[in-house]
Amino acid sequence: DEWAAAKTLVKPPDQLELTEAELKEEFTRILTANNPHAPQNIIRYSFKERAYKPISYVDQMAIHFSLNGNMILKDSDEGRRQSIRLSTAAEKASVETSAVTSEEAEIKDEESTGDTQAAGEEEAEGSGTAEVAEAAEAEEPPPLRVKEQKLANQFNFIERASRTLNNPMRERACQSEPTPCKNFSATANQWEIYDAYVEELQKMERSKEKEKSKAQIAKREEEKKKGRKLTSLESQSDDITKISKAAKIMERMVNQNTFDDIAQDFKYFEDASDEYRDQQGTLLPLWKFQYDKTKRLAVTAISWNPKYKDLFAVGYGSYDFMKQGQGMLLLYTMKNPSFPEYVFSSESGIMCLDFHYDHPYLVAVGFYDGNVAIYNLKKATSQPSYKSSAKSGKHTEPVWQVKWQKDDMDNNLNFFSVSSDGRIVSWTLIKNELVHTDVIKLSVAGTTMQGPEGLQLQTLGCGTSFDFHKKIDYLFLVGTEEGKIYKCSKCYSSQFLDVFEAHHMAVDSVSWNPYHLKVFISCSSDWTVKIWDHTIKTPMFVYDLNSAVGDVAWSPYSSTVFAAVTTDGKAHVFDLSINKYEALCTQLVVAKKKNKITHIQFNPVYPVVIIGDERGHITSLKLSPNLRRMPKEKKGQEVKKGPEVEIAKLDKLLNLVREPESKA
Amino acid sequence: AEVEETLKRIQAHRGVVATIVINAEGIPVRTTLDNSTTVQYAGLLHQLTMKARSTVRDIDPQNELTFLRIRSKKHEIMVAPDKEYLLIVIQNPCE
Repeated sequence: DEWAAAKTLVKPPDQLELTEAELKEEFTRILTANNPHAPQNIIRYSFKERAYKPISYVDQMAIHFSLNGNMILKDSDEGRRQSIRLSTAAEKASVETSAVTSEEAEIKDEESTGDTQAAGEEEAEGSGTAEVAEAAEAEEPPPLRVKEQKLANQFNFIERASRTLNNPMRERACQSEPTPCKNFSATANQWEIYDAYVEELQKMERSKEKEKSKAQIAKREEEKKKGRKLTSLESQSDDITKISKAAKIMERMVNQNTFDDIAQDFKYFEDASDEYRDQQGTLLPLWKFQYDKTKRLAVTAISWNPKYKDLFAVGYGSYDFMKQGQGMLLLYTMKNPSFPEYVFSSESGIMCLDFHYDHPYLVAVGFYDGNVAIYNLKKATSQPSYKSSAKSGKHTEPVWQVKWQKDDMDNNLNFFSVSSDGRIVSWTLIKNELVHTDVIKLSVAGTTMQGPEGLQLQTLGCGTSFDFHKKIDYLFLVGTEEGKIYKCSKCYSSQFLDVFEAHHMAVDSVSWNPYHLKVFISCSSDWTVKIWDHTIKTPMFVYDLNSAVGDVAWSPYSSTVFAAVTTDGKAHVFDLSINKYEALCTQLVVAKKKNKITHIQFNPVYPVVIIGDERGHITSLKLSPNLRRMPKEKKGQEVKKGPEVEIAKLDKLLNLVREPESKA
Repeated sequence: AEVEETLKRIQAHRGVVATIVINAEGIPVRTTLDNSTTVQYAGLLHQLTMKARSTVRDIDPQNELTFLRIRSKKHEIMVAPDKEYLLIVIQNPCE
């Protein structure tokens, strides 16, 4: 039953139901040689066309079975070699057998030698190996002789191998400490190379020095130790001090930013309206310098540093007899208007100061109490390096002016001072001490007094200012409180070369013209400024300024320009070559009623003047172009520059004034 | 010390917004700003200064960078390099 049932179609439940027509549909099946597993769409990158391209033909071969056999072609190299080998082996075997048979034949039949030559050759050998061959024959089975010819030697070598026990392997290793590795990187720049070379050079130089002075080795070692101690201390201390230089530069930059417009004005501004002003000029206010500690002090002296053209010193004190307090010496630079560079304070008010020309760090200062002192800017102390005292011959009255002189014959520094006590004293710095020498006593001619016990006392004039001639070393002028100007020489200590009845009141300032050798200027509280030729007793020019004149100064760039300041707060600038009678510029610089101007100084390089007043302020002003005019050269003539031109200019003017006099 | 006074003066000057002192490694030693801003300024300006110094010295090894100023719309950053330190001041030029 089951067998019969197996014949009927068994339909699985999920069989596809097809219609009759579909069932009868014929499906053609083609047998192709294509490999159904081969991919049809292989894409390869073509470098020629630089794009992905489909390969046109795909390999259709399908390997179903492969077996590596060990059959070699007869005609191939290997096959031929093998066949040759077999044939030689067969020859040998046949030769041997023939030898053996010949041997047997010999033994049987001694005479039969009817073998090939090979057999004859082999005889000798054959007889020797007869026994061996027999033995070999006996031992080896005959099929061996046919197949392989084992390599036989005299000793019947047999290889026999055996295996020993393998010793168990044990690993023994040793590891050393890894060498310490460090990562190092650096850049090789032009400047790094340069720095390295410079260091090398310095080392070489140092070693050379050491070679030269070997005798001082012990000393050196000590110093080194000290040096080492010092450095260790330094590194411990707060590092902020190392930034001092940068801080200084930064402060100046910050100031430059804040006072940017002033700095620009200072450098570039030229008042264009001067062209329309018909020879009048103006003073453009620039920076104002003040320090809170000097608010109650008056400016008593101003001087520019001969080396650094932007650095100037200001002395503070008081002109008031009743109110005498302490004094200060401040050094400002135009680069930093908000704070002084150096600050020195003193017990007595400073009345005058002067920079040494060759040593711009030395400042000579005269005090109200008659002392003089030298400050050394290179040292950090706020006290003077050298100071005079009552013992060493200080003045008994305020020192009104100090001036450095050339070093004397022993190369000691020396300076002169003039004071109201009528003495002009020369101070020399010998072995760190100030030694004084009275140069001249200003005796007022014709005024001898009857002192006690019938002594005749000479009253001394009070010197208030002096100035030394630029070229003639021994010649100098002294202005006094009585209004006289004495022309003196350093060589004569008791007599004057000449006396000028200059003013009615105290002469506040005398100054030689920087170019012309004969001309000097003087100003006084009698409201006048007078210009003199020292060979002529009467002044060349007289100017009345309507107020007590505090100070007058020649300009460094022209022999005919000078400026004067009056106590009513005005600054007057004159140029004789342009206008002989009037000031080119009269300008109110400080507040009129509350403040008086005390001093004025021209900057040797820049067209700037600084003016000091009684409130302790310094105002800097820029001279407008009209005030700085150089004489126009005639067409065709060369532009001459230099002191000769200046001298000639002034000479011309003086001649104009002198002529009527000479006529008269 | 004197330097302290100078720094104080700079800080009190008109228009100065901040002062920062950085040591040779770029770590701020002293500042008047808050920490995060300081660190930012320190890092950036340190790199810039190194680059500027390298440039100057590459062109001429005997030359040296003395000052660096960056003026922007809002303020001016001034950097004064020293052997071991960097002083940075930010100022409003108040124009």
